[in-house]
Amino acid sequence: MDFLPTLWFIIVAYLWTGYLLLEGFDLGVGMLMKLFARNNRERRVLLNTVGPVWDGNEVWLITAGAATFAAFPFWYASLFSTLYLPLLVVLIGLIFRAVAFEYRGKVDSASWRNRWDWAIFLGSFVSAFGVGAALALTTTGLPINANGDRAGGPFSWFNGYALLGGAAVVLFCLVHAAAFLMLKTDGDIRARARRLLLAGLPAGVLPMVIWAFAVHRDGGGTATWITLAVAAFGAVLAWLMAAKNRDGYTFTAMALFLVAGTATIFTALFPKVLPSTINDAFDLTVANASSSDYTLGVMSVVGLIGLPAVLVYQGWTYWVFRKRVSASHIPDAHSVTAQ
Amino acid sequence: MEALELARWQFGITTVYHFLMVPLTIGLGLTVACMQTMWVRTGKEQYLRMTKFWGKLFLINFILGVATGLVQEFQFGMAWSEYSRFVGDVFGAPLAMEALLAFFVESVFLGLWIFGWDRLPKKLHLATIWAASTASIGSAYFILAANSWMQHPVGVEMIDGRPVMVDVWAVLTNSTLLVAFPHTIFGAFAVAGAFLLGISWYHLWKRRSDGIDTVDDGGKVVVGEGTDNQPGRDKSDHKVWLQSLRIGAAVAVVSFAGVAVTGDLQAKLMFEQQPMKMAAAEAACHDGTGFSVLSVGNLGSESCDDITAVVEIPGLLSFMANGDFKTEVDGVKSLIPQYKEAYGTHIPDLPKYGERGGTKIDYVPVMEVTYWGFRIMIGFGALAAGAAAVALFVVRKGTVPRSKWLMRLAVFGILAPFGANSAGWIFTEMGRQPFVVAPNPDPNGIDNVFMFTAAAVSPGVSTAELITSLVAFTLVYGGLLVVEVKLLFRYVRGGVPSAMPELAHADDGDDDGDGKDKDDVLAFAY
Ligand code: HDD
Ligand code: HEM
Ligand code: HEM
Repeated sequence: MDFLPTLWFIIVAYLWTGYLLLEGFDLGVGMLMKLFARNNRERRVLLNTVGPVWDGNEVWLITAGAATFAAFPFWYASLFSTLYLPLLVVLIGLIFRAVAFEYRGKVDSASWRNRWDWAIFLGSFVSAFGVGAALALTTTGLPINANGDRAGGPFSWFNGYALLGGAAVVLFCLVHAAAFLMLKTDGDIRARARRLLLAGLPAGVLPMVIWAFAVHRDGGGTATWITLAVAAFGAVLAWLMAAKNRDGYTFTAMALFLVAGTATIFTALFPKVLPSTINDAFDLTVANASSSDYTLGVMSVVGLIGLPAVLVYQGWTYWVFRKRVSASHIPDAHSVTAQ
Repeated sequence: MEALELARWQFGITTVYHFLMVPLTIGLGLTVACMQTMWVRTGKEQYLRMTKFWGKLFLINFILGVATGLVQEFQFGMAWSEYSRFVGDVFGAPLAMEALLAFFVESVFLGLWIFGWDRLPKKLHLATIWAASTASIGSAYFILAANSWMQHPVGVEMIDGRPVMVDVWAVLTNSTLLVAFPHTIFGAFAVAGAFLLGISWYHLWKRRSDGIDTVDDGGKVVVGEGTDNQPGRDKSDHKVWLQSLRIGAAVAVVSFAGVAVTGDLQAKLMFEQQPMKMAAAEAACHDGTGFSVLSVGNLGSESCDDITAVVEIPGLLSFMANGDFKTEVDGVKSLIPQYKEAYGTHIPDLPKYGERGGTKIDYVPVMEVTYWGFRIMIGFGALAAGAAAVALFVVRKGTVPRSKWLMRLAVFGILAPFGANSAGWIFTEMGRQPFVVAPNPDPNGIDNVFMFTAAAVSPGVSTAELITSLVAFTLVYGGLLVVEVKLLFRYVRGGVPSAMPELAHADDGDDDGDGKDKDDVLAFAY
């Protein structure tokens, strides 16, 4: 196996995993704005738990996209052009979500806030669903022809895996966010988040397990049996720890579930990156979709500097904002009046 | 409309829109960092207020830059898949570097800055805004490296019909990049300068028309204080606006000098690297040496003989292109045969061109756009800089005149550098047509690395999809622009207290008395 393309496959998988792990909880918190929070003060608690970090989390997505472009231009081109409409929806969702985070508190009026709450909720929902669908489809196959372009109409990519992947990420984000809120809040909100996690965990992890199993069945082996087992263990552990009220362990176990789950999926996919459902000969693989060794070498140097640095300073941010947020911390709304 | 045209409109609209936010982010970010540095150094109240007020406006603008930037990152793959396949080996790298080395720093440290006011020690907190704003300049460098490569491909070899990177250093030190980067950064500061100037002018004017500040017999300002129920309108407030205005005006003047010098260097490179763009910028049909200040006639006409230069500065074109006053700059007429000879008369009849295969190639960019784009860029920039110089003079005695019209002019003047930036980009990008990657006529350059825009669009994407996305982006962007501008107006009108609740609520009393640990209340909470 070619060393550099394989290394970059691992890096791309790592970036997607990092994205789901980090943005996973802020997408979930975004959905909980409408599903869980009961009043404005609670919504503000939710927002402020992710306030300092959500933008940094989102850059994992940008980096995953850009790294795919740099390292596997054929994968980037085929995946993104084939899934044109779903990605359009994801983008619109992310746009509204980002703007809503920033603008929601800028005008002191209930209808203004309510509008942006919907933007956060819907934006988080469609982007989680769309990213999940896109990842599920790149791991299970798309109708691409010899040139890597989509055969058929704007919806020829659609199949059950799109729904499965979408549901898997949405539900995972919801329970992951519950684990996050257990860790980051206090009082009533924390207690309810814990109950949500205990009740919802089985449904929250099941679709992702099915997806991982489906990919594993097609291309997996002993290694993916092991990762699959680890994922299942992580999910069970998360439930047990939540039952014991150990929030740090609960969150860590959720992370273990996710990492083992995506590891299963990407390991089973390898060496393909985007299978063609039309003809195996059109499959995009690590070997035929990648950039030259020179480019990958350059990018490896950049990654070697950039990736550890990101872990350090992003980790530091989480440490700076480690305090729990509770309703009593939220100052009154500030209304801006013309001078 | 065909898929190609739709994709081009979409790219143009989304990118020009993104580039409305970007220059303000770059210019204002660094300016706010400087203000905060002054505060940390001197401890003077007015610098804290400046930091908070301009910082608030910075954030309102920043977020739209982030939101629209995401689209930029994805749309190469979505709408330009053939382009992405062709250039991926060299073009993807700067984008990935931008994300890894710049966007992460920018977003993480900005989060720390926004929420870290009471959490971090003063100096560390100051460092976070410096990190974020330096990173935004870094991101400009990398994205311009990608764009400069499209204008002037370097550092590659053609292998199996695709450019393959062989020298990343050449890509990162592309001559085109080395001048485009400072030019763009100066352009960004021109925007920030006019922004500071216009808004500060408004507030100084408001203080005068509310009767807070008055002028003595010598024309010198007598600074007053607002009444009790006008939080923040004290003597410090006057300093905030006067200093912001002066900083803004000075920045605007200096940046114009910067864009002029670097723009001249760009023109010289363009003469070598993209002679057709140079000719199109001049709407010059025939070879010549003069710079036309105004040409009339039908710029878009096929036979460009009915274009006449009404006002022409002899020798200036030669100076811009080559540094002397007599080099004949090739006009469109003599360039067309050269291009046909080198790159063919018709688009090759290959599958990747789809229905566009076999059609005639028009090597002349849309001249109305290039000609006027070039002039609007320079004109609006010069106008803003001239006005800023006048403003510096007008406020020498400490305040602005009471004229409402002058105030409106100062506020509307904010738009001029935005216009200059957009015009510059539209000129640059449309002047490159019909190529998306422009060929390299430089004898030392790399041969045959070029791509027609006609070959770049995604073959699998239908016109229906493109229409959907074009409409969706245009509507969403349009709507959000209205919201952003409304919010900016609201916060501008609110003055400093809009960004500093503590000023507004200073005399409420009961808020402070409940014994909450101050550190526990989130600063800048959402
Ligand atoms: C406030 C903004 C602003 C102002 C006042 C100017 N420019 Fe500019 N110009 C830009 C903002 C800009 C830009 C938007 O930033 C561009 C687009 C591409 C680029 O590199 O910078 C640009 C491009 C650009 C190009 C095209 C480069 C290419 O296509 O390769 C040239 C030749 C100039 N400029 C020259 C000038 C000159 C001689 C100016 C005289 C004073 C000038 N510009 C003022
Ligand atoms: C941010 C400032 C930029 C602006 C305002 C801008 C503007 C434009 C415009 C107006 C077009 C349409 C031209 C036409 O259809 O005739 C265009 C095309 C294009 N630009 Fe830029 N551009 C910018 C920067 C960039 C950068 C940095 C890149 C590369 C990273 C880039 C890549 C492209 C591509 C791929 C096209 C599509 C092909 C084409 O129609 O030419 N642009 N841009
Ligand atoms: C000269 C052209 C450009 C410059 C100088 C530039 C610079 C910037 C800056 C400073 C930001 C920070 C946020 C803000 O704008 O407020 C930003 C955001 C962004 N830009 Fe651009 N950009 C340019 C064009 C493009 C293009 C063509 C792309 C697409 C490849 C792009 C991709 C992005 C992305 C993905 C973000 C979001 C980053 C985040 O979440 O922090 N930009 N850009």
